[in-house]
Amino acid sequence: MLEIKNLKVSVEGKEILKGLNLKVNKGEVHAIMGPNGAGKSTLASVIAGKEDYEVTGGSILFNGKDILELSPDERAKEGVFLAFQYPIEIPGVSTINFLKTAVNEIRAHKGMGPMEAKEFLAMLKEKQKLVQIDTNLTGRSVNEGFSGGEKKRNEIFQMAMLNPQLAVLDETDSGLDIDALRIVAEGVNKLRSKENAFLVITHYQRLLEYIIPDFVHVLYNGQIVKSGTRELALELESKGYDWIKKEFSEIPA
Amino acid sequence: MAGSDKILEEITSSEYKYGFTSNIESDTIPPGLTEETIRFISAKKEEPEFMLEYRLKAYRHWLTIKEPHWAHLKYPEIDYQSISYYSAPKKQKVLNSLDEVDPELLRTFEKLGISLVEQMRLSGVAVDAVLDSVSVKTTFKEKLSELGIIFCSFSDAVKEHPELIKKFMGSVVPITDNYFSALNAAVFSDGSFCYIPKGVRCPMELSTYFRINSAGTGQFERTLIVADEGSYVSYLEGCTAPMRDENQLHAAVVEIVAHKDAEVKYSTVQNWYPGNKEGKGGIYNFVTKRGICLGDNSKISWTQVETGSAITWKYPSVILKGNNSVGEFYSIAVTNNMQQADTGTKMTHIGKNTKSTIVSKGIAAGKSNNSYRGLVRINKGASKARNYSQCDSLLMGDRCGAHTFPYLEINDKTAVVEHEATTSKIGEDQIFYCNQRGIDTEKAIGLIVNGYCREVLNKLPMEFAVEAQKLLAVSLEGSVG
Repeated sequence: MLEIKNLKVSVEGKEILKGLNLKVNKGEVHAIMGPNGAGKSTLASVIAGKEDYEVTGGSILFNGKDILELSPDERAKEGVFLAFQYPIEIPGVSTINFLKTAVNEIRAHKGMGPMEAKEFLAMLKEKQKLVQIDTNLTGRSVNEGFSGGEKKRNEIFQMAMLNPQLAVLDETDSGLDIDALRIVAEGVNKLRSKENAFLVITHYQRLLEYIIPDFVHVLYNGQIVKSGTRELALELESKGYDWIKKEFSEIPA
Repeated sequence: MAGSDKILEEITSSEYKYGFTSNIESDTIPPGLTEETIRFISAKKEEPEFMLEYRLKAYRHWLTIKEPHWAHLKYPEIDYQSISYYSAPKKQKVLNSLDEVDPELLRTFEKLGISLVEQMRLSGVAVDAVLDSVSVKTTFKEKLSELGIIFCSFSDAVKEHPELIKKFMGSVVPITDNYFSALNAAVFSDGSFCYIPKGVRCPMELSTYFRINSAGTGQFERTLIVADEGSYVSYLEGCTAPMRDENQLHAAVVEIVAHKDAEVKYSTVQNWYPGNKEGKGGIYNFVTKRGICLGDNSKISWTQVETGSAITWKYPSVILKGNNSVGEFYSIAVTNNMQQADTGTKMTHIGKNTKSTIVSKGIAAGKSNNSYRGLVRINKGASKARNYSQCDSLLMGDRCGAHTFPYLEINDKTAVVEHEATTSKIGEDQIFYCNQRGIDTEKAIGLIVNGYCREVLNKLPMEFAVEAQKLLAVSLEGSVG
């Protein structure tokens, strides 16, 4: 579903990703771990198409299509979702109105008409229940005045509503207490299916106790330096990132 | 940064969507303004003597004063002698049904989305449609007259209700008020008159659509609304204008009188032709709007959505004379390309326990200039007067300007006045967030801007709010990042 080949990305002239390779198939959950500054969030942003990131080499294929050619909204319409590390507030725009617009834009892309209000409300209720989000929050303006945990939960709720093929979770666990973490993870687990895939970006192993990944990759110095299964995450947890740093301190550019 | 500004520029630089002219034969007099012009207008409109005298008095006063230039606006000098001061669709006999209306006119209305046919059928809204200077069709007059409500063209009111006109015309905006209102008083073409009798709640929104239609003709609308004791009316004014390549002067006057316990809600959507991207053409809109809360417990509320005109000079105001009276001003002003707006309000507290609220949302895009100018004056003896003002500015791109000029004159120690102001830039983060949910940049801007304006949009009557939201999106099309 997602195939990243030799991806090189610079930000303001500084190379952050230095030839990254990654392949994600349908039904899989991949975790990307790594120390601060390894390029984890850059990877998430580049997949979503945020500007200010200059792709200097390589490709990102999504269902065989080169998405580097597509604008951010086109990528989203194709089924790429990013759960933001720092979700943005949009004052005055209700979450419901925001999601209705998003759902209908994505439907229009697929050649479908706008969703009936009744159907939309039914879906809203169902997904609210699924990710255990307070109905109160969805009635308020998008993320406005939300706590850190509420914002993250709202990201998962939006993901449930938009039902993407590929969801990239950018440090969704950061700033969450253990209860919020569990609720967020449960939401993700309920949404896992044979048809979709997840790319879970995290600094800590903690989240992976709740979202069991099929594969774990270690991102360091702009490249994936180690790949393995869940055990790799545990090993990282016990040995710390210094272990990786020592082993891969010298990487040829 | 640079990339988003580019998108901004692309989106904000779109052209005016309602640019078309309709082809109704006009009865226009040659340009120029003298006493003779005024006599001609008055005669043409078959006015009684008192009206002519009023006009001449205003004209003679106008000659003695100068055009004001204190606003944050730049425009070439207006040559008042090059304007034609009268234009009317050819005199028609009184019409009994829409079938008798010029089909060309009906098509114009349909293009604007104002189908009288629809309005008559679906209803709830009575329309006094003004095309150029003479009212063409007034609907629902009969239903309203059963309640004793008078809703007619200003010209008809002058003839049919001279006592009311004599009593209230100029009582809120006197001849001597300002340059543009004096000009209006001298040459006003037509407009609407509305009287709501004691204790009557007007059952429908009263609505007037204005439209400039004759090349080179200034528009001088005059509106007067009188709400008698304990009455209520909600009045809608909306306009779109056809594409035009020369500047047109528009100097309207609106007066509102609210007696004891009466409430008047006045909502405007203004979408006159703003000129092209280079700032050529466009309407010069110098408007004087003022209401007086004459009696105790009365209330006047102005809500405006200003998206059009090359130049906007407009300060809908309230004089809070009655005790416990309430004045409100809710405004959205959008400027794009080369547009300039200097708009705001004036709240004058005279009575005790009077309360005013000001919420202003300015949005500037392109190379435009958007200024809020407001005065809160609390007179001595206006004990326990309260004012709350909130003035927000939203900038799109880095070539536009937003300015706030709040003035306070507090002459009573018991007054409580609050003022809040913010300036923000539309965030590229917000746009990217929307993009990431599948919403393209243009729609994202519409969404964000509507969110920003929500407090004001909520004050508009339902049907108007929908129209206004679309208008905001259209006005900023080709603009943001």
